[in-house]
Amino acid sequence: MVIINGEKTNSDGMTVEQFIKSSGYNTVFIAVELNEDIVPKADYASTVLKDGDVLEVVNFVGGG
Amino acid sequence: MIPSKNEMIAAYEARHGKELQKKLSAATVAVCGLGGLGSNISIALSRAGIGKLILIDFDSVDISNLHRQQYKANQLGLPKTEALSSNLSEIAPYTALETHTVKITEENAADLLSGADIICEAFDNPRAKAMLANTVLERLPDKYYIAASGMAGIDSANTIKTRRLSKYFYICGDGVSEVGKSEGLFAARVMACAAHQAHTVIRILAGKFDV
Repeated sequence: MVIINGEKTNSDGMTVEQFIKSSGYNTVFIAVELNEDIVPKADYASTVLKDGDVLEVVNFVGGG
Repeated sequence: MIPSKNEMIAAYEARHGKELQKKLSAATVAVCGLGGLGSNISIALSRAGIGKLILIDFDSVDISNLHRQQYKANQLGLPKTEALSSNLSEIAPYTALETHTVKITEENAADLLSGADIICEAFDNPRAKAMLANTVLERLPDKYYIAASGMAGIDSANTIKTRRLSKYFYICGDGVSEVGKSEGLFAARVMACAAHQAHTVIRILAGKFDV
């Protein structure tokens, strides 16, 4: 069980990159935190989600 | 007649308490982008007696800014750093101001922001918002970082919220209302988001880290 943006999911075993792509995020607009630490973009492909992880994908929208 | 520095400090202390005012006066806050969010954040913080603001924007005041940004019609064409410094010095003459009329990039962000205790992201462009969040969280991980996302349109102001995502990372806004997909930006709703950001600065300095 991986909690992503507050919701329980069965994403164990997926990489951050696989999750982001399958969810339709555009990587230029996001910041990703895993267990409250930033995941550098260079590490998306090598970071594997595991049971108990908490992932937060922040998708920035325009306006300010 | 402009009050003396001691008179201003006494006025702040009478309202905020001596102990908190000492923390506010000692703080340096960076404001990245001086548009609808940044100009309002800067005014709220200078009014609160923050010791020093680092103001960063590459742009100049345009007629399309006047409906929501804290500039005057007679300031069109001035760099925003210069126009806002002038307005802030009339409001809070003893807030120290450091200005940088540059575009913030992955390369220069850490140098520009290393002197700040707290960083407010106040950009308009979502690509720039994401770039700065990633850069600051990776390269300046012990700085408090307050981002903004989602404040366009005329949806209820009550949907604008502050979330704390991790120890140093806060984000204000409704998370979804995007410029271009709604009615545009309205001063009051943008100010509500800017007020959340400025208030989060004050709360962090007061040692109140929850939201």
